[in-house]
Amino acid sequence: MAETGRLTGNPAPALSPVTLLRAAIILGVLAIWEFLSHSGWLYRDVVPSLLAIGRALLELLTHGEYYFNLGVTTAEVGFALLVGGVAGVAAGILLGANRFLAKAFEPYLYYLGPTPKIIFFPIMIMYFGVGPESKVALGTLSCFFPVALSVAAGMRQIDRVLIRVGYSFRANTWQMVMKIYLPAMRHPIINGVRLGLGVALIGVLLAETKLSNKGIGFLIIQAYSIFDMPRMYAMLIVLFVLSIGANALVGRLGGLHSIKRT
Amino acid sequence: MTAATARRSRSPLPAATGIGALVAFFATMEVLVQSGMVNRFIVPPPSEIFGSFGRVIVEEHVFGRFLQTLTECLTAGVMLTVFGVAGGVLMHRFKLLQQACETWVAALASAPIVLMYPLFLVIYGRSAWTIIMMGFFAALPPVILKTIEGISGTRKVLINVGRSFNLTPSQQFWKILFPSALPTIFVGIRLGLIFALINIVGVEFLINYGGLGQLINDLAERYDLAGTYAAICFVILVSVLFFMALEKVERWLRPVD
Repeated sequence: MAETGRLTGNPAPALSPVTLLRAAIILGVLAIWEFLSHSGWLYRDVVPSLLAIGRALLELLTHGEYYFNLGVTTAEVGFALLVGGVAGVAAGILLGANRFLAKAFEPYLYYLGPTPKIIFFPIMIMYFGVGPESKVALGTLSCFFPVALSVAAGMRQIDRVLIRVGYSFRANTWQMVMKIYLPAMRHPIINGVRLGLGVALIGVLLAETKLSNKGIGFLIIQAYSIFDMPRMYAMLIVLFVLSIGANALVGRLGGLHSIKRT
Repeated sequence: MTAATARRSRSPLPAATGIGALVAFFATMEVLVQSGMVNRFIVPPPSEIFGSFGRVIVEEHVFGRFLQTLTECLTAGVMLTVFGVAGGVLMHRFKLLQQACETWVAALASAPIVLMYPLFLVIYGRSAWTIIMMGFFAALPPVILKTIEGISGTRKVLINVGRSFNLTPSQQFWKILFPSALPTIFVGIRLGLIFALINIVGVEFLINYGGLGQLINDLAERYDLAGTYAAICFVILVSVLFFMALEKVERWLRPVD
């Protein structure tokens, strides 16, 4: 850990060449954008001026409707993560602990995991209706696979000594899970939850763009249908910032930043 | 590995259990639906789903749709390979650029890029290019990151061999760095193609245009339940075969691992 201290304890100067280059790239992109918006080379409003996007961003962030829809999407993603995450952890522990079950069922999870989950949306609508429940169900389905696979892989990497310690204390299954498996698998679980969060978010938002009357996905597709491009850009910017931030937060809470450096 | 362990690991019992569980699941669903315990207007009986495979394949021109999705995926794949590998090489060549932009590319890899599809619809219209560009942009970050990783991971001894032969920077790249990084670059291309396929089928479904994704949307809107389920099974089958084929190519490229 002393190494970690040395690595992180010497921050780069505020105006390092890297910072300057980053600033130059950002300014360059913004300048090109502004030039294109006034050039008339592209269809009108496809590239709106930065001022229009800024105004739309301000309007969006000061409007109660946006926060209501953000709340709806956050709740849907939260439920999806909770249900899919718990089911994924349970399935992962089961597969990780039992070699036979892993050989029998893990290939299905492995190959089903990367298939496009949005194609299940028509089925979810039939099962759960057009309300938020079908979005939660799609998010749950999306989130289940990465969590289950990550936990199953993490389970197999647990130090055998820890498991033997648990058995030598005559721990029952529940105690083994709570005292040995889960603490030893903190990082794979957080990694899985991180991946799960990303795909649950995408699943929920795509479902909202397809069929809904509330949520951020609905607002995005509404902005598209009335061709309010500055508003659409503003929403995409906020959404990207929120999703990247949420991803980084989950990683930081789980201490993933510390794994990379040790 | 002992002989007993080797025998156990090759035993067909686990695979048979998996298949058996799947068959048991379908049989249970069939009984539940036929007995009326599960509403057949929500879940069609599996026998009806399997029976509709032939109809969907013939009447809905599945082969043509499959070719359309494959063409979109391969077009995105070619663009990914060209721009992703070139981007990675460029970032490796100019260290300052790499230090400035690598975290941005990594952040983009976790961003929901597919949600930009309404924007792409505005730019490219409701056409195959919207789908291709969506697949391309969503899959670009892993190709760039894996290219950088592959080139940076070239063993020092290989680089020193190149130096001892007084190779020019261009020769050093084409004779040493690139061949050494090729397996890792292919991992990136494989990941990119998987991301591209997921996004392409997803966007086809969402904008109701193109190949296999549109087929599901079409059948669902016609409330052809058995057909919808059959089409979903077909898309899953195609995706799984696509991933397996990519894995085989990757294993062929890096036999040592």
